[in-house]
Formats: sequence, C-alpha cells, structure tokens
Amino acid sequence: MTALRQTAVTKAVPLLQALPLAAILIAFFVGPVLLVVAVSFFDYQTWDILIPDFILYNYEILLGSETTYRTYLNTAKLCLLAWFFTLTIGFTIAYFLAFHVRSVPLQIGLFLLCTIPFWTSNIIRTISWIPLLGREGLVNQGLMGVGIVSEPVEWLLYSEFAVILGYVHLYTLFMIVPIFNSMLRIDRAVIEAARDAGASGFQILRHILLPLSKPGMAIGTIFVVALVMGDFFTVDVLGGAKVASVGKTIVNELGYLQYPPAAANAVVLTIVTILLIVALMRIVNIRKEL
Amino acid sequence: MSYRKRSPFSTVYTRRDFVKTTALAGTAAAVSSFPAPFVHAQEAVTLRIAGTGVNAFNELAERALEELGINIEYIVLTSDDVVTRAITQPTSFDMIDSEYWMLAKIVPSGNLKGMDVSRIQYYDDIVPIFTRGELPDGTQMARQGTAPIKVSYLTAEESSTFAEEPTNFMTLIPTVYNADTLGIRPDLINRPIESWAELLNPEFAGKTAILDIPSIGIMDAAMVCESLGEIQYGDKGNMTRDEIDRTMAILTQAKRDGQFRAFWKEFNESVTLMASGEVVIQSMWSPAVTAVRQQGVPCVYQPLREGYRAWASGLGIPSHLSGRQLDAAYEFINWYLSGWVGAFLNRQGYYTAVLSTARENMTENEWNFWMEGEPAAEPIVSPTGTVIEEPGAVRDGGSFWERMGAVACWNSVMDEDRYMVRKWNEFIAA
Repeated sequence: MTALRQTAVTKAVPLLQALPLAAILIAFFVGPVLLVVAVSFFDYQTWDILIPDFILYNYEILLGSETTYRTYLNTAKLCLLAWFFTLTIGFTIAYFLAFHVRSVPLQIGLFLLCTIPFWTSNIIRTISWIPLLGREGLVNQGLMGVGIVSEPVEWLLYSEFAVILGYVHLYTLFMIVPIFNSMLRIDRAVIEAARDAGASGFQILRHILLPLSKPGMAIGTIFVVALVMGDFFTVDVLGGAKVASVGKTIVNELGYLQYPPAAANAVVLTIVTILLIVALMRIVNIRKEL
Repeated sequence: MSYRKRSPFSTVYTRRDFVKTTALAGTAAAVSSFPAPFVHAQEAVTLRIAGTGVNAFNELAERALEELGINIEYIVLTSDDVVTRAITQPTSFDMIDSEYWMLAKIVPSGNLKGMDVSRIQYYDDIVPIFTRGELPDGTQMARQGTAPIKVSYLTAEESSTFAEEPTNFMTLIPTVYNADTLGIRPDLINRPIESWAELLNPEFAGKTAILDIPSIGIMDAAMVCESLGEIQYGDKGNMTRDEIDRTMAILTQAKRDGQFRAFWKEFNESVTLMASGEVVIQSMWSPAVTAVRQQGVPCVYQPLREGYRAWASGLGIPSHLSGRQLDAAYEFINWYLSGWVGAFLNRQGYYTAVLSTARENMTENEWNFWMEGEPAAEPIVSPTGTVIEEPGAVRDGGSFWERMGAVACWNSVMDEDRYMVRKWNEFIAA
C-alpha cells in the first residue's frame, strides 16, 4: 500500500513541477493561438467586426489573391538577404572575437561593445537612419560634396536597401552571440592539430570552424528569420510603408478592423515560419550539437 | 456667386443675442456666488477624451481645469485606433473626439449616446453645415462621401440608427472641420500647380506621397482619377466595386512605376516628408503645412480647381456615461462652443463650430486673416507665440467661403467599405 502510494507520488512530482510553466504556456501561448485560429474562420462586416461563423472566405480571399504570393515572396527575399548579411558579418565578428583577440578581458570588452546599440530602443535605432539616408541626408550631402554624384541617390531611403540595412543593423548581434558561444567551445587543440598536419587557413575554416559553429549559426538563423518574418516596424519606417511584407499587411488589416482576415494571414504566416524552422532543424540538429 | 461679396460675418447685435449674453452673465454670477463648501465637497470630475489629437492641446485642458474644474485627459490615437477603441472598449474613455466618417462604423455598435440638443447652449449657432447640410448663406453643401449631415442625428437617445431628418439627438457636437487639399513645396516645383492630377504627374515620380488611411486616401485618389479624366464617378463617396477596382488599378500602376516616395499614416510623418524634401507634392492636413512653415521651409496648401476634400470631427458621449460625468461632458461641450476654444483652434487654421463666439475672442486682424482671407495687417502669431505670417500674407485658398464653398467631397465610409479596404491593403502591399 505504502509502496503504491510512493510510486504515485514519485510519478506526480515531475508533473507538478512542470505544471506552472505548462499553465503559463497554455494561458498565454496556446490559448491565444487557438483563438487566432478560431477567429480566422469568422465572418465580419464594417459595422460588426466579429461574427462567429465557420467560413473559408478569409482563406479563399487570401490564397486566391496574387498580392499574397507576391508579398510572401518579397518577405522571403528580405529574409534571405537579411539572413545572408547578418550571418556573414556575425560570423566574421565572432571569429575575430574568439580567435584573434587573445586576452579574455579584451574579448569581453569588445563583446560588450557589440551590445552598445542595444542600449537604445529598436524604434530609435531604426528612425535614426532617416536623417542619414534621406534625399537631403548626410550620406547624400557627403557624396555630392565630394562630387561622386550630382543628383541625390534616391534608393538609399524608403527602399528595400534601407529595410535590409535596418535589419542587418538591428539583428546582427543575434548572430554574433550564439556563434561566438559555439566558437568558444571549440577545442583549440583541434585547430593546432590541423595546422600541424599542414591544413591551410581556409581548410581549417571549411572543415573545422564551420561545422563546429553550426549550432550557433542555426540558433542565430532562427532568431533572424523569426524576427524578419514577423517585422512590420522596420519595413514601415525605412521602407516608407511601401515595401511589401506580410507583417505589415497584418498590421494594416488590424488597423482597418478586419480581424478575421488578419487572423487568417497570421495563421498562414505562423505555418510558413514553423515550416522554415523545421526545415532548418533537419539540417542541423541543435539539441544534439549543444 | 454673389454671397462672396458680402461679408458673412458682419454680426449685427440682435436683441436675442443681448438677452442670451446677459443670461449667460447671470448664470456665471449665480455659479460663482454658490456656497463654497458645496463646491469643495466634491472632487473634480475627470473626462478621458479619446481622439486623433487634431485638437488635443494642453492649453485647452489647462484652461478647462481653470474655468470649469474639469480634468481633461487626452488619449491620443491613430484614426484607425479611435474606431477600434470605440467599438471594442467604449468604457476606456468618457468622451470621444471622432471624425464624422468614423460614425458609420461606430454608431451601429450602439456605443454612442445621442446628445440632447436642448442641453447644448449654442445649438442654434452651430454652423448649418452640421445641422442642415448647408453653408450659412443657404447653399447646399457637397454631399459626396460621409457628409456630416448624413450622420449628425440619431433616431433616439439610445439608438444605433441615423435619422434622415434633424432630431433632438446629435451623434457628435462639431468641434473642428476643414477643407483639405494637396501640400506642395513651391521652391522645389517652381511652377503653378492647379489640379489634383499633378499627384500622379510623372514629372514628380518618386517625389509624391499619399496618406494611408483608406477612408481618406481613397477620396484623394478619387479626386486625382476624376481630374485625370480616367474615371467618371457616380458618387466618389460611395463607389461601386468597378469604380474601386479601376481607381486602385491606376494607383497600383503608379506605385509600380515608382510614383510614390512613401505613404504616411500620422500627421508628423507628413511633416517630416515635406520638410526634408523627400516629397514635393502630397496629401496633407492644414496644421502640417503650418508645422513645415514653422521650420522655415516654404510650403503651400495649394487650392486646386476640382475643389477640396473636407473632413469634420466632433465630441461624442459613449453610452456608459452617467451622473456627474455626463453633466460635466455637457458642461465641457458648452464651454467648448463658447468662444475661447473656437478662437484658439481658428488660429491653427481649422474652422470651428460656432463662429460668432470664436470671433469675439479673436482680434480683428486675426479674424480677417483666418476667416475672411484678407491680407494680414499685422504679424500673425500661432497659439504658441511664434510669428507664422508676416503682414501682407494671405491664407492659402482664401476665405472660409471660398474654401468651404468649394468642397467637392467628404472623407467617407462606403457601402462597399469591406471591399474597398481589402483592395486598398492590396495596393499598399503591391
């Protein structure tokens, strides 16, 4: 009898321990997501914004419109470019910090330096590009002053270039941190051994550093992809509200009180993002590598 | 056109006015001689006003506290958010500062209380644009779009239906209204601009902007398409699906051709776009033009031959308000119409609901400049004290009559609103 109770208690303990987190996740994550899914099947009118119903209208309109595919394609393009640049820059900086800087205090000092931009808010960091890139901005004044161009360069602001620049500025740190972390775990002896065996710098990079930093790169990629896929602010401010992105479309729909189509759009966006991340997990098994 | 010749504001003091003024003075005296302990026994009432901020000014709130003992708290939101709040969280505010087109969305929710006009002291003096759909001289006001008269009255105090004819229950008491047009940078354009069609002129490719609030942006777009001769609308303010499709096709093509530099949603964004020279011609609101000029940048609110797109906003009372707060709301509205606020807002370039009381609070020079369209005799000073116009300057577009008389349409919520908004969103994303 006591033994039986004992096992019951032992079984219950881990469940109880998991309960607080589970409750929070159910209340603040699973619940809202289910609500969004439910609303995406609702009907709506201008004067009655939520009419409980089960209709496919919102999905039909969404998936039947050419604009949707164009928008997703454009978001994917922004995502790919932002990913490429943050990864390249993030990897280079992490490599410099992990292998070139020998003293630990200097390493930590430089690493903290990378985080300085994060002392101000995302919004301010985004907006501060405007006086720099505008038609009468600093960059254009500089270029014209030196005589490189005679007319202001238009594509610097309110363009995809500006949006990607904003993303790279905002999100490179999300690459640096996990990659730097992965690189610090690489056993220096392995690199020395490779060098002793006559490997060139490129071979070391290709066969040792890249494979062993993969988990860091994968984690950084998840951050950047998720942030860019859901972004609407940077696109709005640096794209002059005219660069298409899914997040921006959803925000517009919410603004126009079209909740059910916004919900349908959000569901599709969530599915696409999850698929992207699942595909990524297939390439790199993060749990194993950690 | 003879009405433009005579001055509409030459007020003749009638016996009625006299009686009214004396009665007012009497009331004021009665209030101030009220036993003080009674006044002190009650805490000051607080009214939270949700609105777009076009007429949310600290000066106004301070004055209301001083004169009425009412705490005014502004909740400043974007146009879209005002509608959302009014429909989904009507108890989160005590008064709403709403645009008239928003009513088409808000009133069906039943969240707005009809205001008893017998409690509005200056009701008879409100500009007839709102009470009869006419200009003060009796000419019919443009009715394309959500003209205020279409949504000014409710069938009953608790009602979610608009009344066809004036009743005793008003949806909003008008506060400010204006005739909007395109803003331009004359120094960067260097030639006369006379038509809405110029917004899509390839000459300004990459240097134009349009506002991204569907109910307003679609009307600017319609003015442009009509003036280009591309589309003849039955009613710009209530388009058919076909008209919407054709309008959005023209805009989308222009967007793909790089006509637009940006889209803006917020007043300040339009100021930045214009002042920085990113755009040279765009949709704009009158105080934004003033704000650009205050930075020393030339900017003109250009009158165009096809006329103006008008808007109006007013104060409304949500259904949940009762007791002392309800009384305070009426008191605040009566104070609002009594002159000081009207003068304050007229000096921003807006027009206000009761012109006669506003006039009493403005100097001759100010009145002539802002309302009569005459050259300034002395420097024109903004409410914050900066000189915004030198002597000799004339208001863009001229007098109240020339501007309000040339209104072609109003900001609008159409029958096909759901379709239009979806198409608009596709245009923004295209």
